[in-house]
Amino acid sequence: MAKKEYAFYPGCSSQLKASASNYLVSVNAMCQTLDVKLTPIPDWNCCTASIAYAPSSELSRHVMNARNFALAETHLPGQDIVATCAACWLNARESKEKLDGSAQLLADANEALKEAGLKYQAKAEVRHMVEVLIEDFGYDELGKHVVKPLDGIKFAGYVGCQTNRPFGIDGESFENPKYLDKLVETVGGEAAAGYEQKVTCCGGALAFSEPEKSQKQIKDIVEAAYDHGADMIVTPCPLCQANVEVYQADINKRYGTKLNMPVTYYSQLMTVAYGGTAKQAGLDGHIIQPKKLQDIAVRVVNTKK
Amino acid sequence: MSDPNVSAVEQYRNNFLREVEENVDEGQWVKMCMQCGVCAGSCPLGEHWEHSPQKLFMMIRAGKREAVLSTNSMWMCTSCYNCVVRCPRQLPITQIMHGLAAYAHRLGLAPKMQPTRDFSIQFWENCTRTGRVNELRLTIGLYFRDGLVAGFKKGWSMRNVAFGLLKAKRLNPFELFKGHECKDRKGIQAMLKKANEIDARKKRPTT
Repeated sequence: MAKKEYAFYPGCSSQLKASASNYLVSVNAMCQTLDVKLTPIPDWNCCTASIAYAPSSELSRHVMNARNFALAETHLPGQDIVATCAACWLNARESKEKLDGSAQLLADANEALKEAGLKYQAKAEVRHMVEVLIEDFGYDELGKHVVKPLDGIKFAGYVGCQTNRPFGIDGESFENPKYLDKLVETVGGEAAAGYEQKVTCCGGALAFSEPEKSQKQIKDIVEAAYDHGADMIVTPCPLCQANVEVYQADINKRYGTKLNMPVTYYSQLMTVAYGGTAKQAGLDGHIIQPKKLQDIAVRVVNTKK
Repeated sequence: MSDPNVSAVEQYRNNFLREVEENVDEGQWVKMCMQCGVCAGSCPLGEHWEHSPQKLFMMIRAGKREAVLSTNSMWMCTSCYNCVVRCPRQLPITQIMHGLAAYAHRLGLAPKMQPTRDFSIQFWENCTRTGRVNELRLTIGLYFRDGLVAGFKKGWSMRNVAFGLLKAKRLNPFELFKGHECKDRKGIQAMLKKANEIDARKKRPTT
């Protein structure tokens, strides 16, 4: 299969020593196996996430996203923009829809972009990494690279909000999207069927500003994973991952629970299943160790088929 | 400079719906609400809203200006978009809630010390300063919003999370001095300044 190339939008949390740095590590390893070339958009900037609404105007937020589109169109012409972060994807895509749908807004944005020597031509498409996996490869193709099936691990597929709503992945239902479970099964893992907290909100940015209220959400998400006998949670979203993993000790203190559930990324599962090392899969980036996944990662197998 | 709240009251008198339609992002959708209540039942933090979106929409139409703009309800929105995908009228409810919160903030009517409002302001300043988020400064900024003592207390209570992230190489203490940033910070500042000028020229709210 020919090498696939994308204009990569890694996002703030994926950067070195940022809160989702291990997500990026595993995405890079996964893409190497799939012969995908991700070229970061040169000098990309923050999407402004979903929380910067109070002091900013709609135009200023769209301009921030349009800058990334213009940079991608200039330096990586013809390549789709691919985001790995849910918020990056959502905000970029929302901006794109607004700008492409209004000649006036587009003109305003370009008037502002001119100050940075840029112009958005409404060409670049915005996609999420899981869309690339599902639409450009497909589950069968993704499964062909598996050398270490994730036998004996049960995953609660926690999709969360923004890699689901409002745009959806692969036309699936908002209430019960299946793509994450299908990815788990593709790499030989067991997906916890009927995991009812699949699309529950972890609190998002309010995990910082309203920790008590958000931790109630996180507690439900983790407890349901235990109820379904899951060994770990898997998610496509960097903020879901961080929120659901790092506050478990805090929740235990608050509620007297004993939560200790690892939270991983789909890209880590795929990297391990594709024969990558624990380091390549970013498994050294967890507060709660995904022991069963680490065990498979260190197991030596004959990778020659 | 005149008080934006006083001039808005003078301009719109008792027509709060029109005020919302003309000043709140996506406010033109408010009149489309058919009061089914699906949004209220779909919100993850629903129990913490003084007034649900459904109720807010009716209050806007009933001219309850002060009650709407001074409530902390909209600030409970986690941007989960559940209400948006479930709304039978397909109203962009999340965006309207953000728009209402932003409008209340601009008029100076939003509740003081509302933590999500503080976080929103800090996030925007943080991410536009260098073009990329400085996670450490953002966290510290939020912890110290209630003063030095409260900040250290909060920081101390979260020390295990911080050490865990440090060990996992997901937190960089040197970000306090210099974090990730864009090269063309000048260009970013210039384009945002221009966006502000365009907004002002078109009599839209500016940052």
